[in-house]
Amino acid sequence: MFDLFSDPVKVAQQLQIIASEYGFAVWETMYSLVLETVFAYVIGLPLGVLLVTGEREGIHPLPGWLMKIINWVINILRSVPFLILMIIVLPLSKILVGTKVGTIATIPPMVIAAFPLVARMVESSLRELDQGVIEAAQSMGASTWQIVAKVMLPEATPSLISGGTITLGTILGYGAMSAALGGGGLGKLAINYGYYNFKFIVMWAAVIGLILLVQIFQSAGTRLAAKSDKRLRGR
Amino acid sequence: MKLEPIIELQGLSKTFGSGDSQVAALQNVSIAVNPGEIFGIIGLSGAGKSTLVRCVNLLERPDAGKVLFHGEDLTKLTDKELRQRRRKISMIFQSFNLLDQRTSLDNICFPLELAGVSKKDAKKRAMELLETVGLPDKAGSYPVQLSGGQKQRIAIARALASDPEVLLCDEATSALDPKTTDSILKLLQKINRERGITVIIITHQMSVIEQICHRVAILDSGVVAEVGAVESVFSNPQSKAGRRLVSPDVALPVVDWDTPVARIAFNGTMTEEPVIASLVKEKGILVSILGADTRNVDGKAFGTMLISLPEEEDGKQAVLDFLNSHAGISAEEVHKDV
Ligand SMILES: Nc1ncnc2c1ncn2[C@@H]1O[C@H](COP(=O)(O)OP(=O)(O)OP(=O)(O)O)[C@@H](O)[C@H]1O
Ligand SMILES: [Mg+2]
Repeated sequence: MFDLFSDPVKVAQQLQIIASEYGFAVWETMYSLVLETVFAYVIGLPLGVLLVTGEREGIHPLPGWLMKIINWVINILRSVPFLILMIIVLPLSKILVGTKVGTIATIPPMVIAAFPLVARMVESSLRELDQGVIEAAQSMGASTWQIVAKVMLPEATPSLISGGTITLGTILGYGAMSAALGGGGLGKLAINYGYYNFKFIVMWAAVIGLILLVQIFQSAGTRLAAKSDKRLRGR
Repeated sequence: MKLEPIIELQGLSKTFGSGDSQVAALQNVSIAVNPGEIFGIIGLSGAGKSTLVRCVNLLERPDAGKVLFHGEDLTKLTDKELRQRRRKISMIFQSFNLLDQRTSLDNICFPLELAGVSKKDAKKRAMELLETVGLPDKAGSYPVQLSGGQKQRIAIARALASDPEVLLCDEATSALDPKTTDSILKLLQKINRERGITVIIITHQMSVIEQICHRVAILDSGVVAEVGAVESVFSNPQSKAGRRLVSPDVALPVVDWDTPVARIAFNGTMTEEPVIASLVKEKGILVSILGADTRNVDGKAFGTMLISLPEEEDGKQAVLDFLNSHAGISAEEVHKDV
């Protein structure tokens, strides 16, 4: 695995593979990442809001049994190992996206794995908010919806961005793992060529690509969160 | 002319917790606040002041009782109707509660946004309010860039944006230094005078009540101990809680006394020295001052004083009669358990 450059023929062959497939793998990684993240937030963000607003002391209490069920489902989905969850959910892809194989097919399972994480991230961001500010809004006659849209989400934005950065990194990791079950992207490059075919230069190149992506997301996310936070303005 | 109260609380009760940890924060509290007045509610920590004021706009739902605003019971309204009424009952807080991610201007615009006012009109009104609170140059500043006093001014401007009839202040000056407190109180007074807004002030500081309130209610362990004009309550408190508040160290002297003792209350019509001096001169009775907590406001004394009384009943009565013959003074014999 670490004897990479001793055979010039193999090296040339692997560089060939990288040259022809790397760009597409990055593209596949990115677009599935974006799709998964978007859908995970479409489901997870409202759910996270609900977890905070719907509790007994929240601004819009929901029936206790409903909150229990929501919490229960999220906890179960969070505790099933990702690969197992994926195997269980893949048949659903047939219904949702019409196929059980390929990159597209791995998107629904990944969304199902990721939205509970998003919900918990959003929940914890919103719980950090100062209760006093929400009360002030209530005292001004704000409706539940106005409080969520104009107070909770905007005030929690820096924290939501930080959470989003972590989510992005996690989904990227899921994406790489999904290659074991037919997903595309850099993960596939690493597993198919590297692990199954002993083309370790390709594998390392893919791994480095993933590392770089995580680094870029992390530093961009951190910077964006800080930049958006008006509490960090100097006097 | 008898004014209809603008806010009337009738028989409010509120209990927190259950079982052993139960706290009766409010017990059958009734208070009527007249339009245009500055009404103070004072009490020790834990007396239930915040709970009471939060009941006025129903941030806290009382377990029993009515909250009348212009005679209409707010507890009976639908959520939507309640939100409408809340726009007319603004509130400011000890911790300011500004939106950290918005500029001062946008904070003031917030209640207008809620009410669906156009951005342009909201900005215009917010700028006017910034003038009112004396911070026109802070429009673009974020809360983190403001001092405590400035934050409270922005919060006041925000509270005024919806053109309220009532302004609730929960310990609005407790986080501020004395000078800033003074300027915020002056601002509240100005708002009360110029806009006719009824102000309800919650505080544990006597000085705040003295400085701007017209009437005051003393809250003690969830019960209204007494209500009245500030001068009369502070100079001559009728309740134990009132006496404890008005002169905490005089009401409970550190030394045990063995002579009879009188409490003299000054309600702001004269100064104290000549009275005691003339008591000695005219009656030939020597009394000693055991303790005093009087404040001089514009050359007039407010507060209470404890003096020793002669042992025999006649002398006692003579002293009390002499003191009570002065306008603005009331005196009574007191016993140790006050
Ligand atoms: N949400 C709550 N849950 C349980 N107990 C509460 C709650 N809010 C208030 N209490 C209790 O009710 C009592 C009155 O509290 P409140 O905050 O009204 O007092 P306060 O007069 O405003 O005191 P302070 O001057 O310290 O602010 C206290 O004993 C407090 O512990
Ligand atoms: Mg309080």
